[in-house]
Amino acid sequence: MATNATVVSAMKPTMPWQPTRGDRARSVIRLLISALLTYGIVALTPLKGKLAYFFVFIALSTFITAVDKFRAGGKKAAQDSFVSALALTAGVIVFLPVASILFTTVSRGVKGFHKTLLTDTMAKASITDPISMGGILHAIVGTIMIVLLASIISVPLSIMTALYLTEIKGRASGFIQFLVQAMSGIPSIVAGIFIYAAILVNTALRGSAIIGALALAILMIPTVTRTSQEVLRLIPNDLREAGLALGATQWKTVATIVLPAARSGLVTAFILGVARIAGETAPLLFTIGAADTLNLNPINGANSALPYYTWRTLTGGTPESMQRAWTAILVLLIVVLALFITARSISRRRIS
Amino acid sequence: MSTTVHTTVAPREISTRPRPSDRLFRAILNVMSYSSLLILTLIGTFLIFRGFETFRDQGFKFITGFEWTSNVVDGVEKGTFGIGAMIIGTLLIAFTAIAIGVPISAMTALYLNFYAPAKAKALLTTILDLMAAFPSILFGLWGYFVLAPMAEYWAKLLYKYFRWIPIFDAPQPAFARSPFIAALVLTVMIIPIVTSVSREVFSQAPLDRIQAAYALGATKWAMIRTVVIPFGASGVVGGAMLGLGRAMGETVAIYMVLNIAFINNLHILYGVGGNVASMIVQKWGESGLVESKALLAAGFVLFMLTLIVNSIANLIVRYAVKSGK
Repeated sequence: MATNATVVSAMKPTMPWQPTRGDRARSVIRLLISALLTYGIVALTPLKGKLAYFFVFIALSTFITAVDKFRAGGKKAAQDSFVSALALTAGVIVFLPVASILFTTVSRGVKGFHKTLLTDTMAKASITDPISMGGILHAIVGTIMIVLLASIISVPLSIMTALYLTEIKGRASGFIQFLVQAMSGIPSIVAGIFIYAAILVNTALRGSAIIGALALAILMIPTVTRTSQEVLRLIPNDLREAGLALGATQWKTVATIVLPAARSGLVTAFILGVARIAGETAPLLFTIGAADTLNLNPINGANSALPYYTWRTLTGGTPESMQRAWTAILVLLIVVLALFITARSISRRRIS
Repeated sequence: MSTTVHTTVAPREISTRPRPSDRLFRAILNVMSYSSLLILTLIGTFLIFRGFETFRDQGFKFITGFEWTSNVVDGVEKGTFGIGAMIIGTLLIAFTAIAIGVPISAMTALYLNFYAPAKAKALLTTILDLMAAFPSILFGLWGYFVLAPMAEYWAKLLYKYFRWIPIFDAPQPAFARSPFIAALVLTVMIIPIVTSVSREVFSQAPLDRIQAAYALGATKWAMIRTVVIPFGASGVVGGAMLGLGRAMGETVAIYMVLNIAFINNLHILYGVGGNVASMIVQKWGESGLVESKALLAAGFVLFMLTLIVNSIANLIVRYAVKSGK
């Protein structure tokens, strides 16, 4: 037994990677200098506006920080600080337009809300009438019908293609994968004029909700296929093997084990597909005709849709019609956001 | 007395032959998986079928010609159709958008992978996903009412100080609704796809090499330059090409911000320009039978153009992602 006590000095943990108080002070001073210089430069040159302040400030603070780091740590430190400032700037630049779009749409669109907006159609009102007349019921109903029809056409096809790629993994997998990716690059207008050239030119059919849905289905297939493929890939192989070991056929395994296990993910795929097509305008210009009234018949007669209605009101050119456009796009945006949030919350629940 | 029962167990035949239900299942999936091939073929066939007369009458001039006129002589519709100016306009706008958008996207991807704190990362990822889900007509509206006035002023500044660079020159100081503004709107629209592809490739940069670089005392930038960029550059190129395909096919947003005219304009700041997709929309309403066939032919050219660009892009991305595994 040791009797003489040893004095153990407790080591104070140091964190050399953390900025010291001096470093923090320096960075605050750098930012202050940049801010002052920015103010001066924007006042003296023809640059103007909030964005000018933003960009001049970014450039100056990047430059000043780099110079300061150069004095402390040489060329390598300067380059490092320069690039990290650029990366941060890029992140902020991506953020700006989204904030601006959301702000503009909400602030301009809200002004057009009125009592009959969601319950009336444009049957008795023209787009240049005062904003309190008419409504967008026909466009909302049209969008719902078109999206549902497009889903009925495309979701089974997409899930079967995804099953082929993940369950069968046949010889043509690589080729099919390539085709699906090629399909996701089809410009939306091409889908529209294709349906026009294939169906409307040489038959007696006229534009209607189902014709529009055919065009949108083409755009929906790649999104749903790729998302469901990702989801099916995440299903553990143990489940499949367990099914087969119990004597189930592959078909039974897929139908009773794999698909139920992937259910929430497939719902996410479906919702993402809907979000992809709900805002498409170009294909509808060629395929749904033009209607200002409620049309509940999906296979006969012209129809409307929210993006199409927005497009139509824009051609009015008066403040009232522009207001209608902003309000319609706000409603569309709310729909897309709701779909988006639903899809995210479902997929998050699946992971946790 | 005991009876012994001899049961002979007939050897069970073991086969890997799928049962009838499985064969049916596989056959159905096999057939269905070719639906994408069917759709792509149908699109190509129908557009070329309807546009055939245009290709026959205009010949190669349809791609290279700069004139688009249609008139009715003695009840017969005649026209000269050439979409050369529009193809050049499409490429001009798309490449300008790429030139602005790809550096931003690549830096954002780097920021997301290597710099961002967890919260900023989650926020930025949500924002990028959201941007990808915005309808294109919304980008058009925003571009016309919010971005265009600002961009017009930037165009004036660029013209004032950089007009000695040919691309920033303009025949007249008219900057509203120019290809530059259209390209800026497209930039915002392609950032999500280019960023997400670049990010995916960057995230597969081998961790051992990253740690090795840090262990040798590399700064973050030195690590990125020596490990991530050589590894991920092809992915950024692939992402840029996917963005290019998107940019070439964009219709509604371009139609709203661009002053579409049939002029071969290479000055991005000057307020006229064109784009094949938006031209189709513009000419569609008043087109006669012959002209609408020419428009379908233009649609075929656009389809093939985007198909080729996208296929190359996908091959590059697939190669880049595979090399990391």
